[in-house]
Amino acid sequence: MADLLRVENLAKRFGGIVATDDLVLNIPEGELHAVIGPNGAGKTTLIAQLSGQLTPDSGRIHFAGSDITAEPMYARSALGLARSFQITSLFLDLSVLDNVALAVQARAGHSFHFWHNARREPELRDPARTALARVGLSARADLPASALSHGEHRQLELAMALASRPRMLLLDEPMAGLGPEESARMVTMLRELKKELTILLVEHDMEAVFALADRITVLVYGRVIASGKPEDIRNNAQVRDAYLGEQEAVHA
Amino acid sequence: MSGWLSVRAIAIVALLLALVLLPVHVELGGSRFLLTLFTRIIILALAAVSLNLILGYGGMMSFGHAAYLGIGGYAVGILAHEGVFTGFIQWPVALAASALFALVIGALSLRTRGVYFIMITLAFAQMAYYVVAGLARYGGDDGLTIYKRSQFIAPIDLSNKVQFYYICLALLFGSMYLVRRIVNSRFGLAIQGARSNDTRMRAIGFPTYRYKLVCFVIAGTLCGLSGALIANHTDFVSPAMMYWTRSGDLIIMVVLGGMGSTFGPLVGAVALLVLEEVLSSITEYWQIILGPLLLLVVLFARGGIDGLLGKVRHG
Repeated sequence: MADLLRVENLAKRFGGIVATDDLVLNIPEGELHAVIGPNGAGKTTLIAQLSGQLTPDSGRIHFAGSDITAEPMYARSALGLARSFQITSLFLDLSVLDNVALAVQARAGHSFHFWHNARREPELRDPARTALARVGLSARADLPASALSHGEHRQLELAMALASRPRMLLLDEPMAGLGPEESARMVTMLRELKKELTILLVEHDMEAVFALADRITVLVYGRVIASGKPEDIRNNAQVRDAYLGEQEAVHA
Repeated sequence: MSGWLSVRAIAIVALLLALVLLPVHVELGGSRFLLTLFTRIIILALAAVSLNLILGYGGMMSFGHAAYLGIGGYAVGILAHEGVFTGFIQWPVALAASALFALVIGALSLRTRGVYFIMITLAFAQMAYYVVAGLARYGGDDGLTIYKRSQFIAPIDLSNKVQFYYICLALLFGSMYLVRRIVNSRFGLAIQGARSNDTRMRAIGFPTYRYKLVCFVIAGTLCGLSGALIANHTDFVSPAMMYWTRSGDLIIMVVLGGMGSTFGPLVGAVALLVLEEVLSSITEYWQIILGPLLLLVVLFARGGIDGLLGKVRHG
C-alpha cells in the first residue's frame, strides 16, 4: 500500500528544547498508527505540525502525494487531514447538531452563502445527524454543546471528525479523562472507524493502544526510539527501559 | 421555549407598533419633538444593528464603528457641498466609501486579536476623525452644513419629516431582516463558529479570516447607510459624529439591548437614548444614574434587556 502520510526529517525546537528531532514517519493508507511516549516526548507538538498549527523548523510533510509542509491548517483539512483535540475544542455556545453541521459545511465548498437558512439545509443537517447517530449522541442533538458531559464531548469531537469525511484522522488523546466505561465505548468506536480511515493516534492508555494499533511508534525527547508491530514494541528492551517500565512504576 | 404570548413577544410587538404609529400620534397633536427624537433613535439603531453583526455574532469587538457614521455622513455632506444633490449618487458613494474603509481597516485589524483588535479599530477611527477635522474646505472642526437633503425621484421627499421617519424605519426593519438572514445562513454559521472557537474553525477547514473580513465589510457598509441618514436628519455633519465616544455609545446600545439577538440593538438604542433624554431633563448629572444602570445590566443580565425578557438564542 502507498504511504498516505510521509514525514521526512521533521525538526522543531523551542529555545533549547528539542521537541521534534529528525523525525521520520510513514503511514500507509488504512493503518491505525499509534504514537506513544512519556510526557514531554513531543507527541502533541508532532500533531500540531502535522495539522498545520505549528510550522516545523526543517523537514517535510507529504500527504496524499502532495507536499503540505507550508500549507495552512484549513487547506490541510480541505485535503482530508482532520484533527481532534486533546483538550476538548468545540463550539460550546452552539448546539450539538450545529457543531457537527459546521464540520459538514467545511467540506461543502465555500460558505459565502448569505441568504438560505443553513439550519434547514438537508445536505448539511442529514450527514450531521448520521455522524451523531454513529457516536451515539442523537438524543442530545439540540442541546448546547456546553451542556454535555466530558465523555460526550469526546464523542462529539469524533462525530465532527467523521462528518468532515476525512481520509486521515489525527487523534490527540481521545481517551483523556474518560472513565473505564466511556473508554471502552471509545475503543469500540475507533475499531469501527479504522475500517474506513487512516488514523494517527496519540494516546496514554496503553491497553487501548495495544488493542487498536496496527503499528506503534515510540517517541522519547522528540526522537523515534522504536517503530513496529505491537508485539515487537512490547518486547523491545529499549522501549521497556524508556517508557513501559516507567509506566509500570507509576501504576505500582 | 417562549410561545407567541411570551412577555418578550408582547414587548417587542408593542415596541414595533409604537414605532410604526408614532407619526400618527404626532399628527394628532403629540409633540413634534418626539418625531425628531425617534428619527434619531431609529437611525442610530440601524448603526447598532450593523455593529451587532460583527460584535454580537462575530465576536469582533470593534471600537471604531462610529467612523462609518462619519464617512457615510461626510460622503453626503461633501457631495452636497460640491453641488451633487441626487441621492442616487450620494448614497451609493456613502456605502462604497464605508465599505472600502471597512475593507482596509478589517484587512489590517483582523490579523490581531483581543485588546489589540480593539485598539487598532479605535486608532483607525480616531485617525479618520482627525483627517475629517482637518478638511478646511469642508468646515474642519466646525463641521459642514447641508443646505439641501438628498434628492430622489418625485414622491420621495426627505424634507418631509413624517416621510423621512418612515424611510428610516423601513431601512431599519430591512437591515434587521437582512442581518437575520445573514446570521442564519452558511456564512452566518461560519461567523458564529469563528466567534466561538476560531482555532477549531480553521482546523476543520474554514479560512476564517476571509469570512470575518467580509462580515466586517458588510457591517461597515450598513453603518455607512446610517451615516447618510444622520446627515440628512441633522442637515449637518461634523467630526464629532465619528468621535470614539460615539463608538462607545453604539457598543452600549448593543450590550444593553442584547448581543447576538435580532431585536437587541433596537431595544438597546431606544432604551439608551430615551433614558438619556429623560434623565437629562431631571438632572444635569444624569450619567451618574445611567452608569450604575448599565453596570447592573452587564453584571446581572448577560443577554441584555432582550435576554431579561425571555430566552436568548444565538442565531
